[in-house]
Amino acid sequence: MSVKLNVRQVGDVSVVDVAGRITLGEGSSALRDALRDMVTKGQKKILLNLGDVSYIDSSGIGELVSGFTSVTNSGGQLKLLNLTKRVQDLLQITKLYTVFDVHDSEVSAIRSFQ
Amino acid sequence: MGENTRHVSETVERFLDSTLDSVDSAEELAVGAAERAGFDDDDLMKIGMAVRESMVNAVVHGNRYNANKKVRLSVTRNSGRFTVRIADEGEGFDFDHLPDPLLHENFMRTSGRGIFLIRSFMDEFEIRRLDPGGTEVTLVKYMVSK
Repeated sequence: MSVKLNVRQVGDVSVVDVAGRITLGEGSSALRDALRDMVTKGQKKILLNLGDVSYIDSSGIGELVSGFTSVTNSGGQLKLLNLTKRVQDLLQITKLYTVFDVHDSEVSAIRSFQ
Repeated sequence: MGENTRHVSETVERFLDSTLDSVDSAEELAVGAAERAGFDDDDLMKIGMAVRESMVNAVVHGNRYNANKKVRLSVTRNSGRFTVRIADEGEGFDFDHLPDPLLHENFMRTSGRGIFLIRSFMDEFEIRRLDPGGTEVTLVKYMVSK
């Protein structure tokens, strides 16, 4: 299975439920397209729910960084929710864990957006 | 999966097309061999990701998806070592001057973490230029604790 994305609106926060593999090719380009689309539409509060992401490679990590940068540059906020241990380990190894605002509760994540 | 499969002792060697499908095939083959060798889930993930990142480098940056170029993959299990070698036929790159992804100025780069992750996940990592052309990486995971 590659990646599946579902965007739902909770108040003014766009929650993106991501499932599957974010790897070079279909997976990373689907995430890139979804984030680009939301930035283009002016969505400023984006929460990526990675709870069902089974695998992410360096390309996928690059897409998270790219998405974070483009959302931030457009005046918005991108936060992460429900990291699996595998994804959390990768973000810690690459020291990106300190860059992202990471939450393990959707309620508190949504409340944290200003 | 490409053609020309042969088994030599405890080594499996394959010549793969320069496609992203080959990346998946190589990862699957290496993880399957590692699983049979008795590695736990954590090590299987590390080996799989190291092979995936190496294959991506070979297919995308080395052979540049060239249909006329192959990637050679070999997986060997012997003497407590699980060894994967991946060689491309590309023009090579300056691997002595790769940017360090942990430096502050490189933090937000969207690429350049592949080799760093491979080094993090494997016990040994070597990279060398091939004559007349190409690059070969050697990944080793110890089968017993050091």
